[in-house]
Amino acid sequence: MNVEARQLVREGRARTKIIDVDIHPKASVEDLRPYLSARWWDHLQTYGSRSRQGFAKGFPYPKSQPLASRRDSWPPGGGLPASDLAFMRQQHLDFYGIEYAIMNPLSPTGQGDQNDELSAAMAFAANEFELDGWNARDPRLIASVVIPYEDGEASRTEIRRRSGDRRFAHVLMRSRTCELMGKKRYWPIYEAAVEAGFPIGVHVFGTSGRPASNSGWPSFYIEDMTEHAACCQAQVTSLIMEGVFERYPDLKVVLIEAGFAWLAPLGWRLDKIWKRLRDEVPHLKRAPSEYIRQHIWVSTQPMEETDEPGHLIDVMNWIGWDRFMFASDYPHWDFDDPLVSLPPSLDEARRNKIFAGNARALYRFT
Amino acid sequence: MTGPLHAIDCDVHPATPALRELLPYLDEYWRESVIERGIPSLETNAYPPLAPLSSRPEWRGKAGQPQATVARLAEQVFGRLKAERAICNCLYGVELLFSEDMAAAFARALNDWIVKECLDRDPRLRASIVVPTQNIELAVEEIERCAKDRRFVQVLLFAMQESPLGRRHWWPLYAAAERHGLPIGVHPGSTYRHSLTSLGWPTYYAEDYASYAQAFQSQLGSLISEGVFAKFPSLKVVLIESGVTWLPGFLWRFAKFWRGVRAEVPWVDRPPQEIVRDHIRLTIQPFDAPDEPDMVERMIDHLGGDDILLYASDFPHWQFDGEEPLPPGLPDALRRKVMFDNPLATYERLKEGVR
Repeated sequence: MNVEARQLVREGRARTKIIDVDIHPKASVEDLRPYLSARWWDHLQTYGSRSRQGFAKGFPYPKSQPLASRRDSWPPGGGLPASDLAFMRQQHLDFYGIEYAIMNPLSPTGQGDQNDELSAAMAFAANEFELDGWNARDPRLIASVVIPYEDGEASRTEIRRRSGDRRFAHVLMRSRTCELMGKKRYWPIYEAAVEAGFPIGVHVFGTSGRPASNSGWPSFYIEDMTEHAACCQAQVTSLIMEGVFERYPDLKVVLIEAGFAWLAPLGWRLDKIWKRLRDEVPHLKRAPSEYIRQHIWVSTQPMEETDEPGHLIDVMNWIGWDRFMFASDYPHWDFDDPLVSLPPSLDEARRNKIFAGNARALYRFT
Repeated sequence: MTGPLHAIDCDVHPATPALRELLPYLDEYWRESVIERGIPSLETNAYPPLAPLSSRPEWRGKAGQPQATVARLAEQVFGRLKAERAICNCLYGVELLFSEDMAAAFARALNDWIVKECLDRDPRLRASIVVPTQNIELAVEEIERCAKDRRFVQVLLFAMQESPLGRRHWWPLYAAAERHGLPIGVHPGSTYRHSLTSLGWPTYYAEDYASYAQAFQSQLGSLISEGVFAKFPSLKVVLIESGVTWLPGFLWRFAKFWRGVRAEVPWVDRPPQEIVRDHIRLTIQPFDAPDEPDMVERMIDHLGGDDILLYASDFPHWQFDGEEPLPPGLPDALRRKVMFDNPLATYERLKEGVR
């Protein structure tokens, strides 16, 4: 966490290929301007973003670091963390020998704005900038299809626009949606993603407009961060119980930055409940944990740290070694360093799967 | 196992009274209100009576309704399952009301009904105090009133409240509970101030029930983050019917962030795992891991310690099958702790009148 740049001592590990499924290159609103109509540019100038929380700048739960970023990630030449390609190469992409990195833009993207049409316009612009501003300059940087997910039809349009474009890896949603992800209003997203062959990447955060817990608003950033796991538990439950995976058997969901130690226990709990209440959900053809096993992938960061190293291995065994994909979360403060973050006891085959093999198979990278 | 071992059942649910049964326990004003306003019932949505989870099949009557009378409860929990004490948690809609005064009136009536209809009928029964959480001063008054009866051993709260349980406006309630040696018992249920998930209302009851595990995680995060246990070092919180397998993963994540951002909560001056070890207990049903003995053993290991689990049947809810509320494969020494030693160590007042 909050690491200082390491010396370039890579030893044998340098041979490990790394696909990093979660980095956050930073765009500015000005970067998006060429891709926005005059109407939406003017709207942003006048009214700004209104994303279901009260602060014009900043966050309801102030981060632990400026922009939640590593102190050493501010480019020496100025600008925001991860806004300068040369410095990002030097500090991250080249430094660790990253083969591909999937960009998950967090802002400005318009996701979760109160105004759905603004969201749609900004999602399009964010996607164009991912291509022109990053991928065209460094093809290791793979884009996400940012969608205005509160509007299912507009999201379908944006996904179809990117269908077949191998510069995009997955469709990007954020975990705090206005309603549970299994609800039918979101189904056009899943239908279009399956048609286009994109997994759905669900990155934590977003603003649902609801309290972060189902018992009201917590006070602290540490709770805001911890709540993401509970939030994703509700989302996975909803996707399963609503029958989304029965309706879209090819749908693949990647949970990004949500942790994973909760996933197998969630499956067990849902199985126990399903055993009693299956007459309520006759559309489910299998036990809930089987849908998890077949449809859910997880990114590694922030890697759970157990007091007993064996506990983490248990947890990973229960989920399945083909379901983990390495993520660094560069440039954020809780960055996981690929040199030290995986359990040291893993053999070479498992390391390779987590660092690259699983992502290569899921995203069909060549 | 050596000799008969009698358990202390930390979670049983007698049937809640029909509103007319509460009338004698209400004062004239509230009695008249119930009648004149035609208030039909304070039964909640949390356990639809005919839903399979809400009662084991053999604990239902002819029409399929759960038959959780005190006599039936005693026969099953003390006779069949061989407990020697049981703690009654009355799940009633007092906390759901919006009028503070009405909630306080119904809490008083319900607690008096519990004394007369449960505790006075069977000396092996103990109970939790139901409190009007709408107003903490009134809730504290109710604790003070009921705590004089030593058969009340705990204060009961629904898992989903208007605000997280660590928030400081709750603290007078914890001060009162600590003063009287009463743990806080948190049980599935909601005041319905917010949707049952933080992303909105689910479609299916199965999701409602699943969502309580998220509430328990949030409440534990809140209680620790806000420093409740630094302020009230003797306070114990029992997570009842919470499931248990979510706890290790929650703690790993929470502890990792605590190491990163602990400057935000400087009163949390020791690892969250230690705080949980000293202050948090969980009842064992539903034991939501696969029933294979080796998985049970792994989970017990992940839960970290022999002290954290408390025996419970969750009568009449249908959690386990067969005759044995404990999951298979627990070593004898641990069985004894879960069934007897841990409940006694948790509930100070249980020591009175237990061998």
